[in-house]
Amino acid sequence: MSAAPQKTKSGAEQIEVTVSAVVPVNDLVTRFEFSRVDGQPFPTFSGGAHTVVIMNDDGRRRMNPYSLMSDPADTSTYAISVRRDDAGRGGSLFMHTQVKVGDVMTLSYPVNLFSLDLRARKNLFFAGGIGITPFLSMIAQLERMNGNWELHYSVRSADLGTYADDLKTKYPNNVHVYYDDQSQSIPLTDLLDGQPLGTNAYVCGPKGMIAWVHASAKEAGWPDAQVHSEEFTAPQPGKPFEVRLCKSDMTIKVGENESLLEALEREGVDAPFLCRGGACGQCETTVVSHDGEFIHRDHWLDDDQHASGTKIMPCVSRFVGASLLLDR
Amino acid sequence: MSKFQFPQSIKSRPVYGTLAPQPGKAHLMIADAEGAEALLDLAEQDSTIMAQAHIIFIPKGTDFSDKLRALSPAQFYEGPTYEASIQRIRHVLEHAHQGLQVYLAGTEGLMGQAQNEAMQAGIPHTSIQTEHRGSVARRMQCVHCKGITEDVLFDPFVCSHCGLNLFVRDHYSRRLAAYQGVCIDAEDPGNIPDPVELYS
Repeated sequence: MSAAPQKTKSGAEQIEVTVSAVVPVNDLVTRFEFSRVDGQPFPTFSGGAHTVVIMNDDGRRRMNPYSLMSDPADTSTYAISVRRDDAGRGGSLFMHTQVKVGDVMTLSYPVNLFSLDLRARKNLFFAGGIGITPFLSMIAQLERMNGNWELHYSVRSADLGTYADDLKTKYPNNVHVYYDDQSQSIPLTDLLDGQPLGTNAYVCGPKGMIAWVHASAKEAGWPDAQVHSEEFTAPQPGKPFEVRLCKSDMTIKVGENESLLEALEREGVDAPFLCRGGACGQCETTVVSHDGEFIHRDHWLDDDQHASGTKIMPCVSRFVGASLLLDR
Repeated sequence: MSKFQFPQSIKSRPVYGTLAPQPGKAHLMIADAEGAEALLDLAEQDSTIMAQAHIIFIPKGTDFSDKLRALSPAQFYEGPTYEASIQRIRHVLEHAHQGLQVYLAGTEGLMGQAQNEAMQAGIPHTSIQTEHRGSVARRMQCVHCKGITEDVLFDPFVCSHCGLNLFVRDHYSRRLAAYQGVCIDAEDPGNIPDPVELYS
């Protein structure tokens, strides 16, 4: 037996919290600050970590991952910033419209899938829009360590530049903001040229921006291991489908507006998970047999694995077809 | 023939590949002896990278220098030994920028040590290309006295520092750029198998 405590349920350990502040940052983004119900200090975390926020939306359980943006060394509070997505599945809308100061909610322990490489000689951050959030905790961590960093932050406009003014005021020499509405863009090719050996690049933002940074860095001869990115995919709605579960010996239906993982949880099946955004790999499930097409949306499995039809990530991926048999 | 296919071994043992041109701002190529042939093959795949190439070559008695010079690299340096070339390697790495590609070719000792320098300069080992050519001799560390014996070709061998009879293991240290040599007659002093040439 291992001496480590044995987990009884899937997912990271959970913390009961009270919403201590709800601060509108701009038209789209609101910051939520939390304190612990039991008054204990929060666990410290590392810059770039996220928490899964568990919401009780009129009986429906929503679990969305958000990057922790507070100072990792501040154990008195956790903070997240949520961008309202009017076309999304409703998690961000619930946060914006329903959550009030004093509400009790549940957060997961921090999980980090986007950590700093502390061997880096220099850290080059590329943020797009709400993708700024993980960098806020990374910057706080690096400032304590006297770390070498610089931020290149692309925003739509000054009004929607979440924390852009704060950052520019606090770190005028490190922060560079580019405004879309003034036709400014990150001079990526120039920035990737001439960086000291051992520089690590990090990108968080829209899908296209992440692909752009990876491709440009590769073209400029940067090692893959020194270009980091994080993208959470929200599960997309799709046609309902049926799944047969071997180990649990049951057949379940996945509804139009729920993910396969959520359907498993609704039926009481203890399925592993962490990020719920197709990034961490924790929920990887073996496909025993299938007759139909997979709609893979994760960033975990590679193209060959997607094509093989032997694995699925239930947090974001779906299935269309006659039958699907899972080893769960 | 300077190529040798090492048999499958434990995970610790380094695996070498075949040099291939990669996009980059500058190309640092370090080779010894028959490693020059790997650089010649590399230049054949894409001669344009030579305009940004810096070749550091240790001939070890071979006569490849003129052929390498004929590739017209941006810089060419011929060093009498690896030790004599370290200053230059460190200088190049110290002033290099992201986008530098590193190509190592030749003996395991040279590649291991040069890889170590590149790693300390901030390049992940997964991005450093290597191709083994020439001698299968090894750089060995005596696990007892920690002394390094270069170019070990027989197993067992005598530690050049403490004189113990050492068994040549495939257990490799990336940090030391050396294989581990362990006393072979500790239990039964004097019972030493006849030395056998590596991979003979």
